[in-house]
Amino acid sequence: MIAHYGYADGSGEYYLIVDTDRCDGCGRCVEVCPNDILELAPDDYGKTVVRVKDEFVNSIGYICPACKRRDERCESVCEHAALSYTW
Amino acid sequence: MMLVAGIDIGSLTAKALILEDSKIRAYAIIPTGVDSEGTSKKVMNSALERAELSLEDLEYVVSTGYGRVIVPFANKNITEISCHAKGAVFLFPSVRTILDMGGQDCKAIRCDASGKVQNFAMNDKCAAGTGRFFEIIAETMELPLEELGGLSLEAMSAAKISSACVVFAKSEVLALLRKGVDKKNILAGINEAVALRVFALLNRVGIEKDFAITGGIAKNVGVVRKVEEKVGLKALIAEEPQIVGALGAALFAKEALEQV
Repeated sequence: MIAHYGYADGSGEYYLIVDTDRCDGCGRCVEVCPNDILELAPDDYGKTVVRVKDEFVNSIGYICPACKRRDERCESVCEHAALSYTW
Repeated sequence: MMLVAGIDIGSLTAKALILEDSKIRAYAIIPTGVDSEGTSKKVMNSALERAELSLEDLEYVVSTGYGRVIVPFANKNITEISCHAKGAVFLFPSVRTILDMGGQDCKAIRCDASGKVQNFAMNDKCAAGTGRFFEIIAETMELPLEELGGLSLEAMSAAKISSACVVFAKSEVLALLRKGVDKKNILAGINEAVALRVFALLNRVGIEKDFAITGGIAKNVGVVRKVEEKVGLKALIAEEPQIVGALGAALFAKEALEQV
């Protein structure tokens, strides 16, 4: 399943995208996130995968683009290329 | 005989549906109050009354929707994304893309033949294309909500609405009304702006036929026509599009029982 977390508004599209078929639930992305917006949880079909915590889904555009300058970020540490983003 | 139920606590309305084996036995729709727990009991009781059953007769209950975690009698909760896909594919087996236009958010969902979600995107930050958006437009134009869709189809031409943001759209509507622009044309313009917005959301997940629209806005024929125009596909719409999520939840309840 491809899960889009985020939103589009007048300034652009801010989606953090998780490919839950690729995600193996290792949690490296969760550890590396400086804002603690990610968590591991079972999806509706029972597979434990990474997701964006509900309370952060609507502020991704303010939080996440700053990580572009970091070497270690959720998407870069993932060995399975399960994460991507739109900004 | 297997009796299960799905309950969908949405931001504006709550829905409960009772499934007897694979047949819908009864359902109820009520406005969601400030007391979500009380609302969940009220809507469930109303559906049970119609089915002439009591809560004890139900073998499994799955809750979904914005308020799914506060339903005290639910055995399990599942996101509305999975439930809408499940419900829509049950009603229309050929459906692969679903647009759910609810009270306070819009979701684009792509699923497989079993109703399992393949790709989804939602927007609950922006009110464009939601029930609340159209309630505000109806209030601003002093028209009954139910008439917006039909009236918009009588438009001679669509007025230009540059923003689908409800805050800006409301002031644009007021300015157009003051200029004496026909309400029907304004409505057509609103629908155009909303359709563009949800089309972008649909493109995020990719559109595959067949296509269905669920949620309360599926009752607005003006919006449906504009979305169909953009998508290039006819939209399949349930007889009661507001209960598709609750139906999906009930189907998950049935599956949970069958797995035991």
